Amino acid sequence: MARIDVKKTYKLYIGGQFPRSESGRSYVVNDAKGALQANASQASRKDARDAVVAARKAFGGWSGRTAYNRGQVVYRIAEVLEGRRDQFVAELRASEGVAGAKANAAVDAAIDRLVWYAGWADKITQVVGTANPVAGPYFNISSPEPTGVVAVVAPRSPLLGLVSVVAPVITTGNTCVVIASEPHPLTAITLGEVMATSDLPGGVVNVLTGSVAEIAPWLASHMDVNGLDLTGVEDADLATSLEVAAADNLKRVRRAPAAEPDWLAVPGTDRMTDWLETKTVWHPIGI
Amino acid sequence: MVKVPDTATPFFEYAPAPESRSIVDIKPSYGLFVDGEFVDGHGRSFKTISPSTEEVLAEVAEADEADVDLAVKAARRAYTRVWSRMPGSERAKYLFRIARIIQERGRELAVLESIDNGKPIKESRDVDVPTVAAHFFYYAGWADKLDHAGLGADPRPHGVAGQVIPWNFPLLMLAWKVAPALAAGNTVVLKPAETTPLTALLFAEICQQADLPPGVVNIVTGAGATGQAIVAHPDVDKVAFTGSTEVGKAIARTVAGTRKKVTLELGGKAANIVFDDAPVDQAVEGIVNGIFFNQGHVCCAGSRLLVQENVADEVLERLKRRMSTLRMGDPLDKNTDIGAINSGEQLKRIRELSEVGDAEGAERWEVACDLPTKGFWFPPTIFTGVSQAHRIAREEIFGPVLSVLTFRTPHEAVEKANNTPYGLSAGVWSDKGSRILWMANHLRAGVVWANTFNKFDPTSPFGGYKESGYGREGGLPGLAAYLKGADA
Repeated sequence: MARIDVKKTYKLYIGGQFPRSESGRSYVVNDAKGALQANASQASRKDARDAVVAARKAFGGWSGRTAYNRGQVVYRIAEVLEGRRDQFVAELRASEGVAGAKANAAVDAAIDRLVWYAGWADKITQVVGTANPVAGPYFNISSPEPTGVVAVVAPRSPLLGLVSVVAPVITTGNTCVVIASEPHPLTAITLGEVMATSDLPGGVVNVLTGSVAEIAPWLASHMDVNGLDLTGVEDADLATSLEVAAADNLKRVRRAPAAEPDWLAVPGTDRMTDWLETKTVWHPIGI
Repeated sequence: MVKVPDTATPFFEYAPAPESRSIVDIKPSYGLFVDGEFVDGHGRSFKTISPSTEEVLAEVAEADEADVDLAVKAARRAYTRVWSRMPGSERAKYLFRIARIIQERGRELAVLESIDNGKPIKESRDVDVPTVAAHFFYYAGWADKLDHAGLGADPRPHGVAGQVIPWNFPLLMLAWKVAPALAAGNTVVLKPAETTPLTALLFAEICQQADLPPGVVNIVTGAGATGQAIVAHPDVDKVAFTGSTEVGKAIARTVAGTRKKVTLELGGKAANIVFDDAPVDQAVEGIVNGIFFNQGHVCCAGSRLLVQENVADEVLERLKRRMSTLRMGDPLDKNTDIGAINSGEQLKRIRELSEVGDAEGAERWEVACDLPTKGFWFPPTIFTGVSQAHRIAREEIFGPVLSVLTFRTPHEAVEKANNTPYGLSAGVWSDKGSRILWMANHLRAGVVWANTFNKFDPTSPFGGYKESGYGREGGLPGLAAYLKGADA
């Protein structure tokens, strides 16, 4: 007799833990062929707020790490992902219905993207920071610092797109609350398992699954969220209303692209600099 | 316990030493500067007055939507046909030329600024106008070096920039906006503040003297509705605003769902933190400069003094003694330290919030001095016994009013300093280098002045965290705000 599979329960990823939605809700996620893949947790307003609390709590410690250390942790995520690549290839094939070669290429690119960003952790300051030759006897230097808690609406691309929006946020010392792709949420939770075992402190990345239209407005209007990445918002009216809500505490907003970007292309630095503030420090020079 | 200084017997008597007004020629009325010419607006007009005397200085056109549309069209034409095609090296020469004319007409600009704004001539002459010229010089040199701005080869301007500026540093805020915009290849439509339009209109004349191509700079005067028309205009690609956080939020809502780029330079409630090892006399000078410079009409003013508890009495005593030597009065008098409050409306707000301070139980102390009978005046004032919950510790007063709080440990100082929705600036006074750097790391503010305060330079980025806005002005980030990468 064939062995019965042990199937995974997909829950949320908040503060380093994997809780169910406090609402007790779940929604059906089908695979590319329309068959049941799993029941995903359907996060609520309360879950979103809990995730913001976790992200804020993690911010001081994570932003206070040395850049070298953050780079090593992001690199560690790449290592652990590499070790579990078969699982991700299988998930992508099931959920997107893509061929093995394409799924492998996406996993390769996601791992390489993490490595690419890991290397940025201790370089971005040197690229965007400035020493300022002011007209007076002052030492004056400008350095980038993380904006704080960033809410991210992840794009449709379940792994590569997700990694491409999350890695730059955390590499630069921010913490985040991510709403996974609504049709492809499961890979995001599996990636949470990778992050939970990669020395990434709990709360640095928090993943919610469910309805973007339901959860995103609570994050956009949350007064303890500092940034909002609308990359995965496909409904233009929703994107506009989220940007309007974000103005309540002047969140930094990255608008949705006109079309889903080519995630295989080499990124620029803009996904990092969007979540960086410039701090300028003056001190007199004298004897 | 604190000895109140004796102000009845000052060390010196000062004779009046007024700067002559004859250098400026204020016209009875001004139109809008559109497409290189002064034109009549379609709308009404308004009066601009001298806040130190309430004398009417001139009638100024109030641009309506149609006027703004003409200005944007002129800016678009100039962008498409002239400015974006001109080699950067040629744009640079126009900006250098403007910088030189500002230096040549510096005295005139300083006197006019002090008359229209109320700020002391020693500030407009020694701070505002020289820094304006320096901004044009700095950004002029960038115009043909954009490939080195960190945005890859051949970065592009946004197009037409709509710029709205406040009344506290009328000409300096214009320079912060116009110089980088033009250097990057954008054209501009700028609205000066309703109460301080005159130096912007004189700047328009300077653009004419410099033979700047028509439409590259357009100046439309008016109030909030004019600013709103600029921000909402569909052919404006980039919005830059300096002013209140409330209006900044309204602008962020207006541009939601568009492709417009925005930078916002908004309010602040900066902590100026004095440790017990700070050189006290220098710190007191820094506190005075932090809150009384420009009558406290400074978004980055050090309006919350956080003083370490064991030296609080000494610092306050010396502060009061120093405040008693501040000279308040005629902005054109070269001995004046504190000028007039910019408008009756602003004076009302300062009075209201100060009364809230009284009502909430803080203790008010102000310099005893005779206020002029005409004009808008508020004496340098400090409140002690202020708690973090008091409105005078939370809200921007934008006047010469200092709220004093105390702390015991560096952690407590950081906690209190960061306990605000703003994050524009902060000050730290200490003799210990490692502590200064630790504080600078932990303060959530865009500018940290250590053992100094209120220093500005065109090479130095300025701008806030949190609700103090986003984007930077000055330096390389200030240039990048007016550019996009070639692939964008």
